[in-house]
Amino acid sequence: MDDKGVKLRLCQHQPFPLDVEIECRAGELLALVGPSGSGKSTILRTIAGLHEPESGFIHCEDEVWLDQQQSINMPTQKRHIGFVFQDYALFPHLTALQNVTTALGHLAVGLRTAIAHELLEQVNLKGLEDRLPDNLSGGQRQRVALARALARQPKILLLDEPFSAVDQVTRRKLQRELVILRRSIKIPILLVTHDLNEAAMLADRLYVLHKGQTLQNGKPAEVVRKPCNALVARLMGHNNIFSATVEGHYPEQGISRISWRGLSLELKLNQTFAVGSSVDWVIHPAHMIMHRRDRPSHGERENPVHGVVKELLELGENSMVSLELKGGDAAFLNFTVSSHSARRNNLSTGARASVSLLAEGIHLMSQN
Amino acid sequence: MDTTALALSLNLAFWTCIILFPLAIFFGRLLAWQHFPGKALVEALIALPLVLPPTVLGFYLLISMGATSTLGQFYYSLTGHHLVFTFDGLLLASVIFNLPFAIQPMQRAFEAIPTNIREAAWCCGLSQFQALWRIEFPLAWPGAVSALALTFAHTLGEFGVVLMVGGNIEGETKTIAISIYDRVQAFDNHTAGIMSAFLLVFSLVTIGLVYRLSYRRRRYGR
Repeated sequence: MDDKGVKLRLCQHQPFPLDVEIECRAGELLALVGPSGSGKSTILRTIAGLHEPESGFIHCEDEVWLDQQQSINMPTQKRHIGFVFQDYALFPHLTALQNVTTALGHLAVGLRTAIAHELLEQVNLKGLEDRLPDNLSGGQRQRVALARALARQPKILLLDEPFSAVDQVTRRKLQRELVILRRSIKIPILLVTHDLNEAAMLADRLYVLHKGQTLQNGKPAEVVRKPCNALVARLMGHNNIFSATVEGHYPEQGISRISWRGLSLELKLNQTFAVGSSVDWVIHPAHMIMHRRDRPSHGERENPVHGVVKELLELGENSMVSLELKGGDAAFLNFTVSSHSARRNNLSTGARASVSLLAEGIHLMSQN
Repeated sequence: MDTTALALSLNLAFWTCIILFPLAIFFGRLLAWQHFPGKALVEALIALPLVLPPTVLGFYLLISMGATSTLGQFYYSLTGHHLVFTFDGLLLASVIFNLPFAIQPMQRAFEAIPTNIREAAWCCGLSQFQALWRIEFPLAWPGAVSALALTFAHTLGEFGVVLMVGGNIEGETKTIAISIYDRVQAFDNHTAGIMSAFLLVFSLVTIGLVYRLSYRRRRYGR
């Protein structure tokens, strides 16, 4: 591992189970995603020294912050962490400038005010230095919290749902600012978020957590498109998750086939799973093409499935379609089409429709 | 107006506040944020003077501070004086019967500070003491003022415990409350009236101040 990064392993059984191993390099932004209670915030709090696990270690740069075996547990004050709390936790009786200078105790007194001014300018808060947190907007408070976190000259930046308390427009603006800020700070950044889009947009890597365990980690696109199991797929927002049996592998044609609801679906060659084994599979709506009723189009030969529109919800420019498939138990394919396209194809509840499942979009997952 | 009794009462109230203030910060903070076995018992013991008849509290204090008691003998060996019927004994009793008035407002004030504000202070590199001094105390100071005001006012007005432990010794244990009782017994209603009015106005101003500060605290305590 890069000795400028952070490496940790945390284990506990009480008050809730946690068993994770995380590595984050300097300059890397790692997003911890998962449902409430998955242990995301606890991981940040443990790194900050605000929570002590039953066992584990935290190595940051060349320092050991925690090692239960050696009875090392460095106090929070000595860890040099920058922590942006979910509700920012600004000191309400101190101005924006004073909030930042509070974290500059490691510098000579004479330098603190000038550095605090610089940091506030860096987060676009010039002119608001003398305002109390009560007199700042949500976005401005978040910026003060970020400036205060950076003031510590941290070895790691911990962001606990930092964008959750602001409106959508401010959120986009702050996210953009974080991307710009990242260019100038070369430390590991851990971001806890519920928002998958945010995680996918900002992070270099995702850690998907569930009940205190890491289910999968990898590049956002990889985790979203290729979840390792149905649980991760569901956490990643997939809702086209099904079970099938591997029918065969055909290396000469570069394809594998799975048997699903009496259909034989073609996919890119994937010999991870033995012929005859049961698998789960998922397809992203981006790989589902609805057939035009008036004229056939390219791709219709690829895994065509037919059904009846069970639900059609027009949500502005896009419409959400739930297609009930023919035969067997009830199964639904969910996808989005442009509202314009839905109208052009006379798509309505009860209408027959067909879609092609593109072979390259079918992803097989272990059932364990 | 019995100025000797008034001066003694003010002196007693002042020293009671001085002694109780650090204790209130320590125990208020401890009870606000720490969980430990027997916490409910400790809180109940601190609150006891609020519900116990002053004569009962005074009786137990008299027994435990008497010349034959361990505490009384220890104090005598240390200073050559007895505790009961002296100013020192009165001060000790005053500290005990004012415990809830000093500790409870401090505890509520510390409880009102969100946990993550304290954690943010540590993350900023502030030591426990720096966090107390620079972050927690400025946020909890209305509680401290309440504690001091209530303790001061309550000491001036306390009667039962003072009479039991201190008796009625001019210039030593005769407080303004005892003096009022004395004056009424002597049919000197005029002097009793002046001193009562003084205590009434003082108490009203104190309680008013406490309420005013509690509004400020609510405004902060977001």
